[in-house]
Amino acid sequence: MDSIISVRNVTYEYKEEETVYAAVKDLSLEIERGSFTVILGHNGSGKSTLAKMLNGLNKPTSGDVLVDGINTKEESTEVEVKRKVGMVFQNPDNQIIASIVEEDVAFGPENLGLDPAEIRRRVDDALKAVDMYDFRESTPHRLSGGQKQRIAIAGIMAMEPECLVLDEPTAMLDPKGRAEIISTLHRLNSEKGITVVLITHYMEEAENADRVIVMNDGKIIADDVPKVIFSDVKTLKSVGLDVPQTAELLYRLKENGFSVDTHALSVKEAAAEIIKALRSEE
Amino acid sequence: MLKDITFGQYYESRSLIHRTDPRLKMVLLIALIVFIFLAKNTFSMALAVLFVLSVMAVSKVPVKLYLKNMKAILPVLIFTGIINLFYGEGETLISFWKLEITTGGIYRAVFMMVRITLLIFLSSALTYTTTPNDLTDAIESLLSPLRFVGLKSAVHTLAMMMTIALRFIPTLIEEAEKIMNAQKARGADLENGSLRERVKALIPILIPLLISSVRRAYELAEAMECRCYNGGEGRTRMKQMHIRPRDFAVLAVCAAVCGGIITLNILF
Repeated sequence: MDSIISVRNVTYEYKEEETVYAAVKDLSLEIERGSFTVILGHNGSGKSTLAKMLNGLNKPTSGDVLVDGINTKEESTEVEVKRKVGMVFQNPDNQIIASIVEEDVAFGPENLGLDPAEIRRRVDDALKAVDMYDFRESTPHRLSGGQKQRIAIAGIMAMEPECLVLDEPTAMLDPKGRAEIISTLHRLNSEKGITVVLITHYMEEAENADRVIVMNDGKIIADDVPKVIFSDVKTLKSVGLDVPQTAELLYRLKENGFSVDTHALSVKEAAAEIIKALRSEE
Repeated sequence: MLKDITFGQYYESRSLIHRTDPRLKMVLLIALIVFIFLAKNTFSMALAVLFVLSVMAVSKVPVKLYLKNMKAILPVLIFTGIINLFYGEGETLISFWKLEITTGGIYRAVFMMVRITLLIFLSSALTYTTTPNDLTDAIESLLSPLRFVGLKSAVHTLAMMMTIALRFIPTLIEEAEKIMNAQKARGADLENGSLRERVKALIPILIPLLISSVRRAYELAEAMECRCYNGGEGRTRMKQMHIRPRDFAVLAVCAAVCGGIITLNILF
C-alpha cells in the first residue's frame, strides 16, 4: 500500500493537573494515497487528538507519525508537513483570517512565500474547486456556515496539499451546509486526487467513503469498508450513534483478561469470539 | 443597539479617489492637513475650501455622510469657536465682565471652525473611499522602512493584529448579541436602573464574551499554524500595490493646491 500518512504505535497523553490522561493509546494506522477515509467516534474517543497528530499540530507522546516519509517530530520540516497535510476545523469562523474571501484564501500561499501571480492562480483554482469563485470579493461574515466552511477548505486547498484532514467540519452546520461540504470533499477526492480523512460523528457522512475507521477510547475498534461497518452499527443506532455494543462487550472482556479479538464487530462474530474465548479458558 | 456600531466607513463606489493608491491617499492626507493649518488668510483658506469641496464631489460619497461625521465633532467645533471669539483684536462689538468680542475675534472663530471642518471632511474622504483592509496594508507598507532599524516583525505583527481585529469585529458583535439575548431570557435587565446598576448588568455579558474570545484566539492560532504561518518571515502578498499614472495626476493636483496656499499666503 502506498501510504501518505503512517501512524506507528502512537500514544498521546494529556496532563490535567496531577493525572495523566491518554487520549490516543498505542494506535497504528496507514492512510492510502488518494483514498477517502472516515474516522467515526463519539466525543472523547480521541479522534480529534488523532487528527491533530496527522499534520504535526500535536506531537505524539510516544510512537511516530510519518507524512510521506517525514517524521512530524522533526522541527526543521514542520512547514513541509503542514503543506502536505492540510487541516480544516469545526468552526469556520475561527479559521478565517481576512475580511475578504480571496484575501483569506491567499493567506496560506502567502505564508509559503510564493510569487504574487502564482498565489492569484492558486486562489482562483481553490475557489473554483469549492464552487465559491463568485463570492471571491465578499465578506466572510455575510456568508452561510456551509459557504464559510468551503472558504476554509479553499484556504487549505490553495496550499495544494496532498491530503486533507477535516476535524468535524460539519458539526456546526445545518443539513444543507453539511451536504455541501460532503459533496465538495468527494469532488476534490475524485477530481483532484486529494486524499481525504474526514473525522465526524455523523454516520451518514461515511456512506460513500472507501474506508471507515471507528475509534473509541483512544483506539481503533473497527476499520473496514462502510458496508461492513454499517451492518454492525446500524442496529446500534438506537443506542445513540455510540460505539457498537459488541465492540464494547468484547473490549470489556479483553480488558478483563479474556483473549478475544476486538475487531469482530457483528453479533455473530462476537458471539463466536466469546465462545472461543470461553472454551480456551477451560 | 450593537448593530449601530460600524467599523470602517467604506462607501462603495469607483470614483477616482476610490481608485487612488491607499498609501498615496494617506500621505496626501497628512500633507494637506499641514497645509490647511498653514493657510493664514482668507484667500488661501478659500482655495483650501474649494479644494476640499471638490474632493468631496469627486469622491461620489453622499454629502449627508460627510455631515454625519460632523455631528460627532460639533461640540468641539462650537467650543473652539466660542474660545476664539475672545482672542481677536479690532473693534469691540460686545463686552461684558472682562471679556470682549471683537470683529477680529469673529473672523478668527469662523476661520478656526472652517479649518476644523475641512480636516474632518478630508479625513472622512479617506475613510469613506478606502476599505479598512487597504488602510491596514497601506500602514504596513508605509511603516516598512522601519525594518531597517530592526522593527520588521513589529510592523508585520501590528498589521496582522489589525487585520484580525477587523475580521473579528462583526463576529464578536454577533456573539455579544447572542449572549445579551441569552441573559435577557434569564431575566437580566440591561436597560433600566442607575448607571451603576447598568454597568453591573454588563458583567455577565462581558465575562462569557471574554472567555469565548480567548477560545477563539486559541483555535485561530492553530488554524494559522496549519496554514504555515510563522510570523511573517518570508511571506509574500497576493495583492501588490502599484503606483499608476492617475496617482501621479492626483499627486500633482495636491502639490499644486499646497503651492497655491503658500503663494496666496505670501501675496496677500
